[in-house]
Amino acid sequence: MKYTEEHEWLDDQGGIVTVGITAHAAEQLGDIVFIELPEAGSEVSKDDEVVVIESVKAASDILAPIDGEIVEVNEAIVEDPGKVNEDPEGEAWFFRIRPADPDQMADYMDEAAYKAFIG
Amino acid sequence: MSDLSRTVFYDLHVELGARMVPFAGWEMPVQYAPGVMKEHLFTRESAGLFDVSHMGQVILRGPDVAEALERLVPVDIVGLAEGRQRYGFFTTDDGGIIDDLMITNRGDHLFLVVNAARKEADLEHLRLHLPEIEVEELTGRALIALQGPKAEDALAALNPAVREMRFMDVADVELAGASCWVSRSGYTGEDGFEISVPNTMGPRLMRALLESPAVQPIGLGARDSLRLEAGLCLYGSDIGETTSPVEAGLNWAIQTVRRKGGARAGGFPGADRILSELETGPARKRVGLLPEGRAPMRAHTALFAEAEGGAAIGEITSGAFGPSIERPMSMGYVPADHAMEGTTIFGEVRGKRLPATIAPLPFHKPSYKR
Repeated sequence: MKYTEEHEWLDDQGGIVTVGITAHAAEQLGDIVFIELPEAGSEVSKDDEVVVIESVKAASDILAPIDGEIVEVNEAIVEDPGKVNEDPEGEAWFFRIRPADPDQMADYMDEAAYKAFIG
Repeated sequence: MSDLSRTVFYDLHVELGARMVPFAGWEMPVQYAPGVMKEHLFTRESAGLFDVSHMGQVILRGPDVAEALERLVPVDIVGLAEGRQRYGFFTTDDGGIIDDLMITNRGDHLFLVVNAARKEADLEHLRLHLPEIEVEELTGRALIALQGPKAEDALAALNPAVREMRFMDVADVELAGASCWVSRSGYTGEDGFEISVPNTMGPRLMRALLESPAVQPIGLGARDSLRLEAGLCLYGSDIGETTSPVEAGLNWAIQTVRRKGGARAGGFPGADRILSELETGPARKRVGLLPEGRAPMRAHTALFAEAEGGAAIGEITSGAFGPSIERPMSMGYVPADHAMEGTTIFGEVRGKRLPATIAPLPFHKPSYKR
């Protein structure tokens, strides 16, 4: 598992990377009420705004952590955005991406580094 | 955050797990552990306890104080009976709103509750225009609100006299040993009470109320979504110096005695504009908006008549997700000819124009005890 400074987690399973937000991020956002996901099949570049999250407090963007093709999105969290508060690092993943360049993940933090990062 | 004021409940908020944020110069609880959504729903089904001590409490004393205050508000104060409260607003010379406030007749004086961010401006306004009136800011009293269907039972456990009160009644009531001024009113669309309590007795009263399992502390986050569902204006967002009370749909707060043909018509700042708008209708109106889908349309979202082209016709002034109505909701201003209920207009969210329908306010029906 890898983590970004944008509080995303990346889980690489056999060349397909599942992306979600961390429990820390979900806690900071507060109750999530709206999620807009990218289209499956779309090509994205690192730092593209691919997901919009609205919580009771504010809107925020999720940036694509790597270049690649979105192969699957989690429609269940669009139907019930509250799932992201309940299980952000499990059931409530956001999208799956096929990396164009797997080396882009190398710079991201491991779990220990992320824990140190959020203090 | 050293320049921020703290209410007498600060230590209690921290003990209760509040997340404290700066708000209008004060460190206030925005939410507790359950979070905004659960706190909102709890208030609608039980009783929520709010610290609103940041709000200004002001006493006006002097000869003919009711007539005097009528020089600054378009509200019937002379006809306000002792022990009754009324909503009102200070108006500007060109018919805008300096602040909105609650006004109580407490017999030999008037008691005002004003917005925290406007308190200094209000005090200056009162002292400048009512030189014969003694204007006293009460810094020795805190203010809490107990709101929700179980508020009456929870407060009656401390003093059953509150059961006799009706919406907008005000009474002196002893609660947990404290001499309190209690009004049956609030800012959530629920039945409930606002309680002015001496600072020294405040935390003890709050702890006594929290002993009931029906009562939980609620932060400012849920206070905002509750008031928006109830269609109530937030000063600085939905009303301000550039909105008239008639544009804001606050006509109900201007009694007939202060309107054209009334015994004490006019005589307040901006009366020309406000009274003629009452007769001819304003050019733009505050409306409720229900966005389609789940995306909230927040404050400052530009509004358009058409899905494509054309200039903006207005702007959203408050917008959030409504936990009780389970959908996003907004309020904003549109030209009068676009204000009819059922009209579809478009809000521009992240570069896309999304449809929203003009809807009646409030979004959630209030349950005041009249």
